[in-house]
Amino acid sequence: METIKNYYLMDMGVMLGRSLRHIFRSLDTIITVTIMPIAMMLLFVYVLGGAIQTGTDNYVNYLLPGILLIAVANSIGYVSYRLFLDKQRGIFERFNSMPIARSAALWGHVLTSLVSNAISLVVIILVALLMGFRSPAGILSWLAVAGIIALFTLALTWVAAIAGLSAKSVDGAGVIAYPIHFLPLISSAFVPTASMPGPVRAFAENQPVTPIVEAIRALLLNQPVGNGIWVALAWCVGIMIVACLVAGRVYKKGG
Amino acid sequence: MENSIQVKGLQKSYRQLHVLKGVDFEVKKGSIFALLGSNGSGKTTIVKILTTLLKQDSGNVIVNGFDVVAQPGNVRQSISLTGQFAAVDEILTGRENLVMIAKLRHVKDPLQVADDLLKRFGLADAANRRASTYSGGMRRRLDIAMSLVGESPLVFLDEPTTGLDPEARIEVWRIVKELAGNGTTVFLTTQYLEEAEQLADRIAILHEGRIIVSDTLAALKKLFPPAKVEYIEKQPTLEEIFLAIIGKKNEN
Repeated sequence: METIKNYYLMDMGVMLGRSLRHIFRSLDTIITVTIMPIAMMLLFVYVLGGAIQTGTDNYVNYLLPGILLIAVANSIGYVSYRLFLDKQRGIFERFNSMPIARSAALWGHVLTSLVSNAISLVVIILVALLMGFRSPAGILSWLAVAGIIALFTLALTWVAAIAGLSAKSVDGAGVIAYPIHFLPLISSAFVPTASMPGPVRAFAENQPVTPIVEAIRALLLNQPVGNGIWVALAWCVGIMIVACLVAGRVYKKGG
Repeated sequence: MENSIQVKGLQKSYRQLHVLKGVDFEVKKGSIFALLGSNGSGKTTIVKILTTLLKQDSGNVIVNGFDVVAQPGNVRQSISLTGQFAAVDEILTGRENLVMIAKLRHVKDPLQVADDLLKRFGLADAANRRASTYSGGMRRRLDIAMSLVGESPLVFLDEPTTGLDPEARIEVWRIVKELAGNGTTVFLTTQYLEEAEQLADRIAILHEGRIIVSDTLAALKKLFPPAKVEYIEKQPTLEEIFLAIIGKKNEN
């Protein structure tokens, strides 16, 4: 058993390399997780942006945090889909009958989600810079932003893992993506919640995406983050822990 | 250690369904052992328990000298499994599939190991094509090749020829015979009687949760009345006709 532990990181690296190849070879995935968010950013800034009042002098400065979260949310359906295929096609069975730690295959998918999202977010931020995005934030604030987005990604990835591992069909595996896509749309990602009618506003202000968006925006604009950041972190960590435990249980049962 | 596999009193239920009701058998080292049974008889359940994918309810299972419940890590170290559905990564190429497994088995030179297996399994020309473009037979060959990375002394093949055309099936048989020739123990499940007859040193029949017979083909034949000599015109089977025509085409 000693050797299995020693090789754990190496094995996970092999799994990561494999899933990253899946992503880079799927035009569909690249379009959904990178091109679509960029297209949305262009649409909102250059088509709708003129009519949106956010209180910031530059709308792309207001918009970028929401676009980053949308990019992450868009990638979640694919995590679920990839996990489902591995389960259905017997790939997990093959790995689990080999001298590899049983969790390496699952963690490989989680790590892939983190790495692939990091890549697409960097591309999106570069495009935003070309569109006039500017931030006075220092390195610590950027690190905090990276940390929050990583936690958000992990939380959604584990939710997607539950869906992918327990799905009975490909369509079922992808269904999880829809409610998650909607969360950023009904939040302060595009416009301040103050402009929304009562019930919508109440939902928008009390769902996880709004405090996360607000925290990232405050950090990037060098504004005080207030208590909102703790609410944001609590949502991320809470969802992550619960989803991770459930997914782990489903994985063990199925393996 | 003379036996690669030793199974005693193996039981397994899925909820109310009592699939295995006390299975006993042994597999000699270096032999080809065929487990016969109809669909749903529990062949795959046995394979899953023997390869540590599933825990039995009761009974003793020793694989390569290790208990599957107490020492699953050692068991996995010494076996490899080719499951019922060709578990190849369709998005990766044939070579990438083999290199991936070679890296996970921590062999010394993954690229070399992959190239050797590609050649041995007639996949060298297709090495850089994605596995999704492979035919059923090629996919199965790649699947088996992936199981041979690391040269485990015991290989499990769960219905390796189900869904293959006659040519591909004969190709898989050739591979299995070659494996056994090199001293590898092969545990095979099948629903084709001919397959067991062609390959196996020992045949066990799983029926209603128990092994009802387990013996050599010769001994099984003795269970039936002695052969009578009769003169009958032998008609070629459609399979023989098919293979003959294909063979001629290949010669031209």
